Amino acid sequence: MNTCDLVIIGGGSAGMAAAIGAYKSGIRDILILERDAEPGGILLQCIHNGFGLHTFGEELTGPSYAERFTGQINELGIRCVTGALVLHLRADKTLDYISPQTGYRQVKARAVILAMGCRERPRGAIGIPGTRPAGIWTAGTAQRYLNLDGIMPGRRVFILGSGDIGLIMARRMTLEGAQVLGVAELMPYSNGLQRNIKQCLEDFDIPLFLSHTVTDIRGQERLREIVLSRVDENRRPIPGTERSFAVDTLLLSVGLVPENYLSEEAGIVLHPRTRGPLVDEALQTTVPGIFACGNVLHVHDLVDFVSAEGTQAGESAARYLTDGFADSRSILAAPADRTIGYVLPQTVHPDRLDKPVEFKFRVADAYRNVTLQVLKDGQVYKEIRKRVLLPAEMEKLTLKKDDLLDVKQELAFRIAAGHIDAS
Amino acid sequence: MYDILIIGAGITGTFLARDLARYDLRIALLDKEDDIACGATMANSAIVHSGHDPKPGTFKARFNVRGNELYEDICRELGVAFKRCSALVVAASPEEEANLDILQRQALDRNVPVRRLNREEALALEPHLADSVTEALELSSTGIITPWEVAIALAEEAVLNQSDLFLSHRVESIETLPPAGDNDCPQKSRFRVTARTPDGQTHTFDARYVIDAAGVYADQIYAMVSPAQADPATRRFSITPRKGEYFVIDHEETPLFQRVIYPVPSEKGKGVLVVPTIHNNLLIGPNSDFIDDKEDVGNTAQALSYVREQVSKTAKDLPFHKVIRNFSGLRPTGDTHDFVIEEAADVPGFILVAAIESPGLSAAPAISEYVIHTLLAPKLSLVPRTDYKRRRPFLSLKDVSPAEYNEKIRENPAFGHIVCRCEQITEGEVLDAIHRPAGARTIKGVKKRCRPGMGRCQGGFCEPLITEILCRELGLTPQELLHMTDDCLQKGGACQ
Amino acid sequence: MKKELTCIICPMGCRLEADCETTENGALAIRSVTGNTCPRGERYARAELSYPERTVTSTVVLQGGRYRRLPVITSAPIPKDRIFDVMEEIRAVSVCAPVKIHDIIIENVCGLGVNIIASRSL
Repeated sequence: MNTCDLVIIGGGSAGMAAAIGAYKSGIRDILILERDAEPGGILLQCIHNGFGLHTFGEELTGPSYAERFTGQINELGIRCVTGALVLHLRADKTLDYISPQTGYRQVKARAVILAMGCRERPRGAIGIPGTRPAGIWTAGTAQRYLNLDGIMPGRRVFILGSGDIGLIMARRMTLEGAQVLGVAELMPYSNGLQRNIKQCLEDFDIPLFLSHTVTDIRGQERLREIVLSRVDENRRPIPGTERSFAVDTLLLSVGLVPENYLSEEAGIVLHPRTRGPLVDEALQTTVPGIFACGNVLHVHDLVDFVSAEGTQAGESAARYLTDGFADSRSILAAPADRTIGYVLPQTVHPDRLDKPVEFKFRVADAYRNVTLQVLKDGQVYKEIRKRVLLPAEMEKLTLKKDDLLDVKQELAFRIAAGHIDAS
Repeated sequence: MYDILIIGAGITGTFLARDLARYDLRIALLDKEDDIACGATMANSAIVHSGHDPKPGTFKARFNVRGNELYEDICRELGVAFKRCSALVVAASPEEEANLDILQRQALDRNVPVRRLNREEALALEPHLADSVTEALELSSTGIITPWEVAIALAEEAVLNQSDLFLSHRVESIETLPPAGDNDCPQKSRFRVTARTPDGQTHTFDARYVIDAAGVYADQIYAMVSPAQADPATRRFSITPRKGEYFVIDHEETPLFQRVIYPVPSEKGKGVLVVPTIHNNLLIGPNSDFIDDKEDVGNTAQALSYVREQVSKTAKDLPFHKVIRNFSGLRPTGDTHDFVIEEAADVPGFILVAAIESPGLSAAPAISEYVIHTLLAPKLSLVPRTDYKRRRPFLSLKDVSPAEYNEKIRENPAFGHIVCRCEQITEGEVLDAIHRPAGARTIKGVKKRCRPGMGRCQGGFCEPLITEILCRELGLTPQELLHMTDDCLQKGGACQ
Repeated sequence: MKKELTCIICPMGCRLEADCETTENGALAIRSVTGNTCPRGERYARAELSYPERTVTSTVVLQGGRYRRLPVITSAPIPKDRIFDVMEEIRAVSVCAPVKIHDIIIENVCGLGVNIIASRSL
């Protein structure tokens, strides 16, 4: 069996950044396994601009952003096998993959970085009633058809879910001559970035139906009609509010799920909320030597943050490979109550820190003019005023080693003195 | 001219086609859909029941028990999966326990293996039974199959042995032809069947015998040839679709349940089941609702919540957050309370294989055996084909060794290209599904033969790749494959 | 009079408030902009209220490449009310691989003094 210091599963934005991060920290024996024909991941079909402001100080399209990274991978001579799908990953860090070029290979890695990204929730996961005709796709599948294959998936379109991909596709389909009749969102607020509401919907007078969902799908071979209903505060459709739209296409932008079947096979413990691995401040999972970054760890809204997390995972893996991690006590980081959806990392080794810890979290609801509280072992330690907090936008908070050394068990986060904002 | 023309390429039609293809006969198999197994065969519980449940003295009881005996060998011959996974019928009250007594006696009478279990014994087999379960019957001969795979395999073997398959042929009329001068000319066609294809063309087929295996439409097909059947006052039977809805849970290394879990049956049938599948998914369903529309396979919020509520009486801890799909199917329920399998009394040569609702899948091989050996054998000379060909099993690399994998990849690099990451299906397997006898011509056809799109992403990643492969291999257009209507195609721009 | 806007310059999506008044000749005069976290936010608000512009991204037909489409972008923002005119010109174009990132695909699109350029190499 071949051996390798560091195998990175996935050559998208997280995986490429991880490879570069590890390389710059002195690791040379790196192998990226990318399932598509070229590295870049989902960025390659995201032809809109808006990527890279944090990383490069300018706005790039998805393909341009990817090209910056593939350029570096090539310059540094980092090995990347394309068309390679990892079939198995085990806790001993052996993995099996196949590709047309290499055939079936097994490799034993000293460290592994998971960077497999995420998948879109399909119709079945949300159980929309009705028939099952052609014409219903996740927004990302339609994006691929349109932007890579040049196939226009339909002409009269409705979009369920106001996540960013859905909003971007509303504009994209409109520009290509489709009529987008509306975007519906189950929640009373959008899950997409505000700028996308503005430039993808408002610019084209596409209505956004908040607190609405699709309650019936009609058509045999091809979609003919959808029925939209208003929902109550418990997100249940309200009878009598049905209205139908004659459309040939329904795009779903109803959430992303980290793609962790390999992690599960390796026995890595997943977090029930993020549905990604539990990690510590080094982004190490519950299996020593296996790290995770990007959308396989938790769903991000900005690729710049994915790249940053990838870099961090690469640097951590390098440190694991060169020095190893000393045994050290750990503390937990978690939501203090249900105002916070999740906090990442979930564990921290205060004594091991050589730099501040950047905590990432999402709020569970929309808040305006509130206070973010950080609690050490149940005692409020820090309060930060926040004007707007939205579930769609990942928040970050950096704490220094000195902030963490005296935590005995748990660091917790919550939102105080706010009201749910339904506007 | 055909000796036998079968209408309906579901599980009964394909069993008949393949079993008849063993003999030197000219056989045509017609279906209105664009693939084999698009009706009830595509959407059911996928179980080969033991035969414990149907009422004594019915065709259902007789053919179910016999079908269960036949299935395993047939699946082995066809190279498709069959798993004798066993089943538990669970009771949760003294009345239900009394019902178990009846079922147990019925099973014993039919030589169906059966064992009574107390709660502890049942839990030792299936730890996730509901807390209310008090006793269970174990039915160890219960099996599972992938129904459409079996039907496709049967159709393939029929085609390999000179049968003609006509898909997308909707039967529009059936004429009885006047008898020949001397009325005992056995070679003369008695029927002229007219079918329409989607391009608007009509095609006629002459046949000596017609077998009506048209599922929910069997009553209407019969009415085309029988004035008595066409009149509601005198008809032999009518078929009302009875809808059943299901959840599909993503496959896991070890599914939560290893056996089929039945509640105690009621008037409405076998009740809401938990069924492990060949591919380690779990099916949960069905409900049972009579409906009017023979094409309505839509899901409803009410039915799905009913299924969830009912299943909680037999099973707990079901991972509903791992649901990847809902589907629903139509049982062709006759008003006769049993299968209708006979030569039509008023139309000699017209064979009814109708009202094949549950346990129709389990009974299909035995139905075919009965139709051929009891109904047709006295009329037809059944000369076995000497050159009978076996089909080649579907190609699957799922469980092959690395060395075998590399062998295939050397043969064709397409076997190294995974197009479906959820089910780990290679382009090579997709090509095989397309280029085999009665091969796939649609996205769904590929999915039915080698599974891309069956997984947790439900085709989100692989569908564009499958579309591209189908276009390349068969010269089709994305517009055809994605069922784009003229309306979708108006205003073409640079995007096709 | 106050006008609320969402800044679209970067994914931050700052909520801006512009204090403006209508001048005697009917034009809009912007007195101040608040809510922005960088100077570009103020520039955006002023431009959006008087002369809105957008960057347009799309694809053109590509022959002989890995994919059937090449992603393209306007080299600078264009007037918002000309988006569909620009799209029409983009739709009429077909290019052959290989293409380098930033290659000019359409020069001076719709006479706006802006080019359509490749947003990747293929």
